[in-house]
Amino acid sequence: MFLLLPFDSLIVSLLGISLTVLFTLLLVFIVVPAVFGVSFGIRKFYMNTLLKVFAWATLRMERGAKEKNHQLYKPYTNGIIAKDPTSLEEEIKEIRRSGSSKALDAAPEFELSDIFYFCRKGMETIMDDEVTKRFSAEELESWNLLSRTNYNFHYISLRLTVLWGLGVLVRYCFLLPLRIALAFTGISLLVAGTTVVGYLPNGRFKEFLSKHVHLMCYRICVRALTAIITYHDRKNRPRNGGICVANHTSPIDVIILASDGYYAMVGQVHGGLMGVIQRAMVKACPHVWFERSEVKDRHLVAKRLTEHVQDKSKLPILIFPEGTCINNTSVMMFKKGSFEIGATVYPVAIKYDPQFGDAFWNSSKYGMVTYLLRMMTSWAIVCSVWYLPPMTREAEEDAVQFANRVKSAIARKGGLVDLLWDGGLKREKVKDTFKEEQQKLYSKMIVGNHEDRSRS
Amino acid sequence: MGSRASTLLRDEELEEIKKETGFSHSQITRLYSRFTSLDKGENGTLSREDFQRIPELAINPLGDRIINAFFPEGEDQVNFRGFMRTLAHFRPIEDNEKSKDMNGPEPLNSRSNKLHFAFRLYDLDKDDKISRDELLQVLEKVDVEQKMSIRFLH
Repeated sequence: MFLLLPFDSLIVSLLGISLTVLFTLLLVFIVVPAVFGVSFGIRKFYMNTLLKVFAWATLRMERGAKEKNHQLYKPYTNGIIAKDPTSLEEEIKEIRRSGSSKALDAAPEFELSDIFYFCRKGMETIMDDEVTKRFSAEELESWNLLSRTNYNFHYISLRLTVLWGLGVLVRYCFLLPLRIALAFTGISLLVAGTTVVGYLPNGRFKEFLSKHVHLMCYRICVRALTAIITYHDRKNRPRNGGICVANHTSPIDVIILASDGYYAMVGQVHGGLMGVIQRAMVKACPHVWFERSEVKDRHLVAKRLTEHVQDKSKLPILIFPEGTCINNTSVMMFKKGSFEIGATVYPVAIKYDPQFGDAFWNSSKYGMVTYLLRMMTSWAIVCSVWYLPPMTREAEEDAVQFANRVKSAIARKGGLVDLLWDGGLKREKVKDTFKEEQQKLYSKMIVGNHEDRSRS
Repeated sequence: MGSRASTLLRDEELEEIKKETGFSHSQITRLYSRFTSLDKGENGTLSREDFQRIPELAINPLGDRIINAFFPEGEDQVNFRGFMRTLAHFRPIEDNEKSKDMNGPEPLNSRSNKLHFAFRLYDLDKDDKISRDELLQVLEKVDVEQKMSIRFLH
């Protein structure tokens, strides 16, 4: 056994050398193109291969389900409620018509059967409602070989399990270390680069360098996540003195947008690693960082943002008006603060393809580090970015209407559901004023009739 | 593998629920997934707060009563069986002619069981009668003036 020792150390050193060479080669193939903004097309090829594998896996599972005479659980195809969208008035009239044999024009003020409408509506929302499902990850129609998205356990054959095991090996032992190495490179280059640029005197050269340092580092981070991004309508990209608004799904949105454009970030000052990055970035070009105490003061925030946009030499601001992360199936209420400033708004729609890895950050379930690890052990992050034409507030609109108009445009372009609900409902209860509105609707129906009658 | 819908619901339990409520296999799986997503405490039961977290239910004027219908007398937690039993009342009435089982219990979604359910929504003190006060309480909840004249269903 002791004779094996010299062989052991030889093998170990060989392994070490080959791994180092491998990693260096990969870094060169990935970092160098990132610096120059070129792509070899490796990621697209990877994506197409994965799609073929997923299709095969789904077929196997359907076969397995058929053998047991069951149907696969598909979240969107087997609907549970046959919903017909009718208004409160129509429905209650319908209920009364079918129950009562009296003439229709003797409109009753209240019937016991009216309760059926509210009861049924309530039950429907218990089974499936529009709001709470936006705060958890979107369910997939077909399995993507990640255990975190599997709902059809009973139908997995041996071959599929082997494939899944292979996937785990590839993701955790090959992709994850590579991605961590890239992320480390990207972040340290960003901090070092912006600090160095910060020492230069203000002028065109500094701006030029700052822009390219930022872009280069974000591109490396994009490759660190294996993000495959398709940009549409790049002619509408935001310009100086404008505000860029987008729907928010995760902190990665920032990396995705900033790798294709040069923005001024807005946010709260953090401690730790984030704080280091923030302080370094602001040396190279003016970003807008708020202290925790300043965030509560709406006027102060508005004032600083207005100052920034009025200076045409400063970069477009990047803002996410939803205020919180939503799961990328819908766009929720936009906070009106950024729409009151009066600058040109450049809307951007971001839509992720959850097949390759769900980018949604469920902040009540996962912390930042767990989230990043999940991102780095998914297959890839695939998304589409649409730059919409700029919008300005019209004379008759107020900030809320303008915000809703922008929101609808983004929802339409990205294929997302346009909701009026507030993203803050993730953590808070709904306000009582909404309940009172429902009550008013019903009483108008009853009391309104009474008034008509007493008038005649 | 992670905890997902089908893992925690055993096949035998699924079959029992299917027999009792008449929901199909996929419907039960889907509703179980919904149940677990509402169950923030992850203890296999729902409390009243879990229901009130649904915004569209919170703005429903009769939301509280609907939630109460899920909880049996005096209890604060409802498990999946109880959840399904209450939801089963809302299944459409099928043509029961061919499968009329005179010896077995009436299906949960029969016409009379549905009417019983609606009656229980009015009858707060559970004395099997709707008193005038209980009726007025419902009207208060839907914010109608008390001076209204009321006509009853015949």
